[in-house]
Amino acid sequence: MMSNFNEMYHNGEVRIPYARLEEWTRSMGAAMRAQKQAEAEALFRRIGITFAVYGEGGDPDRLIPFDMFPRVFTALEWSRLERGIKQRARALNAFLVDVYGRGEIVRAGRIPAGLVYQNEAYEKAVVGFEPPQGVYSHIVGIDIVRTGANDFFVLEDNCRTPSGVSYMLESREMMMRMFPNLFRENRILPVDRYHSLLRRTLNSVAPAKCDGEPVVVILTPGHFNSAYYEHSFLADLMGVELVEGADLFVDGAFVYMRTTQGPRKVDVIYRRIDDAYLDPLCFRPDSMLGVPGLMDVYRSGGVTICSAPGAGVADDKAVYTFVPEMIRFYLGEEPILSNVPTWQCSKADDLKYVLEHLGELVVKEVHGSGGYGMLVGPKSTRDEIEIFRHKIVADPGNYIAQPTLALSSTPTFVDEGVAPRHVDLRPYCLVGESIELVPGGLTRVALREGSLVVNSSQGGGVKDTWVLAE
Amino acid sequence: MLSRTADNLYWIARYMERAETAARLLEVGARISLLPTEQGYRNEWDSLLQSTGTARAFGAKYGQPAQRNIESFLFFDRDNPSSVISCLTSARENGRIVRTALTTQVWDALNTAFSEARQIEQTPRNELELSRLTDWTMKHCAMVRGAIDATLLRDDGYNFLNLGYYLERGDATARLMDVKYYVLLPRATYVGSGADNDQWMMLLRALSANRAFYWAYGGEITAAKIADFLILNPQCPRALITCVAGANNHLARLAKLYGAETGAQSRAVELLAMLEQATPAKIFDEGLHEFLGRFIGLTADLAMTIHDTYLSGDMR
Repeated sequence: MMSNFNEMYHNGEVRIPYARLEEWTRSMGAAMRAQKQAEAEALFRRIGITFAVYGEGGDPDRLIPFDMFPRVFTALEWSRLERGIKQRARALNAFLVDVYGRGEIVRAGRIPAGLVYQNEAYEKAVVGFEPPQGVYSHIVGIDIVRTGANDFFVLEDNCRTPSGVSYMLESREMMMRMFPNLFRENRILPVDRYHSLLRRTLNSVAPAKCDGEPVVVILTPGHFNSAYYEHSFLADLMGVELVEGADLFVDGAFVYMRTTQGPRKVDVIYRRIDDAYLDPLCFRPDSMLGVPGLMDVYRSGGVTICSAPGAGVADDKAVYTFVPEMIRFYLGEEPILSNVPTWQCSKADDLKYVLEHLGELVVKEVHGSGGYGMLVGPKSTRDEIEIFRHKIVADPGNYIAQPTLALSSTPTFVDEGVAPRHVDLRPYCLVGESIELVPGGLTRVALREGSLVVNSSQGGGVKDTWVLAE
Repeated sequence: MLSRTADNLYWIARYMERAETAARLLEVGARISLLPTEQGYRNEWDSLLQSTGTARAFGAKYGQPAQRNIESFLFFDRDNPSSVISCLTSARENGRIVRTALTTQVWDALNTAFSEARQIEQTPRNELELSRLTDWTMKHCAMVRGAIDATLLRDDGYNFLNLGYYLERGDATARLMDVKYYVLLPRATYVGSGADNDQWMMLLRALSANRAFYWAYGGEITAAKIADFLILNPQCPRALITCVAGANNHLARLAKLYGAETGAQSRAVELLAMLEQATPAKIFDEGLHEFLGRFIGLTADLAMTIHDTYLSGDMR
């Protein structure tokens, strides 16, 4: 195994952002720690922040494990991340406007036409339509990993409906409640503006036909969805209605919600359901979650849908490889954050390399998410690798491969005390009239020793993420 | 407010009230089972089941009423939608769906009841005293009710919650009386006999109204006094008139808030007028069973009108 960058201890020294945490850990005995952990768990359960895992059955009200040891960035580290994240969010949106418009980047030969236009996520129904403010992806979740003091890589982009922001906010609430002293001693930038920024972002993309204060709603697939808590949490913070498809209907040129006082026009829909389910008349006819006729209203400018239908083509794992190219093409800048080198199994040379090095690579499905359908070569048995080899050979276009990165680790509370565990970071960039980013994000931690999979569906936990003031 | 949200709130209240009704029936049934039976009582468990409209479902699953089965059925059975556990689960599920329309305290009360119920389900039955189960249920129902009264915004949602409570409660009182209507029939020969007294006490107990009754009336228990207390006395918290007046109040507040009177308001006003003009003598003239049947039908009509007007989301 490669040596990993430890974000707290480096070359035998405690790194500056963590300076005050060492004493904090030492002062907290095992009994105190257990008590605090139990307190946190009880609080999470009481507020109902739970997470259901698809296909596992079992407790539908399972808690996501919460690790009390915070992850810390300096102001300097963050300012670079922030510039890099915003740059990327801008380029991704420019790309979306372009590929549903004139397709300049394809004409210029900077990205293969087939990859865009034959992509499953390319939405022909919105070709030629430019959403308000030229924004397709209003909430961009960019997954970032770290391998050294100054080495950050973007692992993937999430342009559709990235989830997890409620954990960012609730983890902070929890920490402030349980360890107020830490916040007195450290100058930690607040993240609690997120919901007002989100509301402002959604307001700013209201359709031109909307006059007055826009009516914003969150569209959820319903309370059986694993992220339902987050949907209702955000609706509550923003003071907007949480609707299901059946609460909405189309009449003429607008969308309305059914209220106790009759129909009420809706201007902006922050949807947390996939494109395919939005409108049974336009996409999947069997969808019970959507609103018949919604897409017609959308295309005639009667309502804004966030993220815009079709945004998924920008976060496809094969398109990902070209994001640095997008940044150069649309913004005329060099990427501030690097991509992880990626092999496309659809290319013969890359495929050959991948099949020869399966034991050291991470292989992912192009459309997979949540840590499902992936192979972590160094952590897999010979049999698992062989099974995957067959899958790749059968459908090479469906796979990409990346080197197994030496993910950084941060101290984490484990049964035996404190031990390093691997982490990643998902900040949530808001794109509307302006581009906003709260100083923080969701740090996911792989709680199993040595594990590199941080997904909550695969035994990952969450941590509070601090950005220190200058 | 979304119609669906209003509907969920309304049902939270109905389920909580229904859970309390089930617990109260269990308590009174258990008490009856401690009385001597050689006087030839009818099977009281059976009449309790009839009042909740679940006697048939019980028979199909368990056969003859035996106390342990009744306890299972009324408290634990998830196949029985009116059992305490089913009601608490449904109330909490409805609460989870409309989490944003509830305060932390109300959600907390619903959620705590639910999590404790799950622990109770996992406790061996022989460690569970029935009285503990019923006390536990009443306590949590009171906590939810208290959290609603103490913390909830007095907006339309509050009115829909209260409509649910009042309609469910009025319906439960009427049904329970209807099951026992024959013991309330004025039969000169039996008045004051031991058996009737026990039956009447049972009825009052099932409505947690036995002490209150004595405070309000005193003296001998008579069928007319009981009917007056449970139907027409606005001091009695479970009397039909109290429930209908409560529903009227919340419908009037909705009409004011929304600036529109609907069929729901006029139906509720008619129902209240009907009760205000009634007397025990008139009720017994019509026939108690007939009167209660009429009331249950009118309440159901009112509930249906409220549903169509506010909760269904069908656009008028």
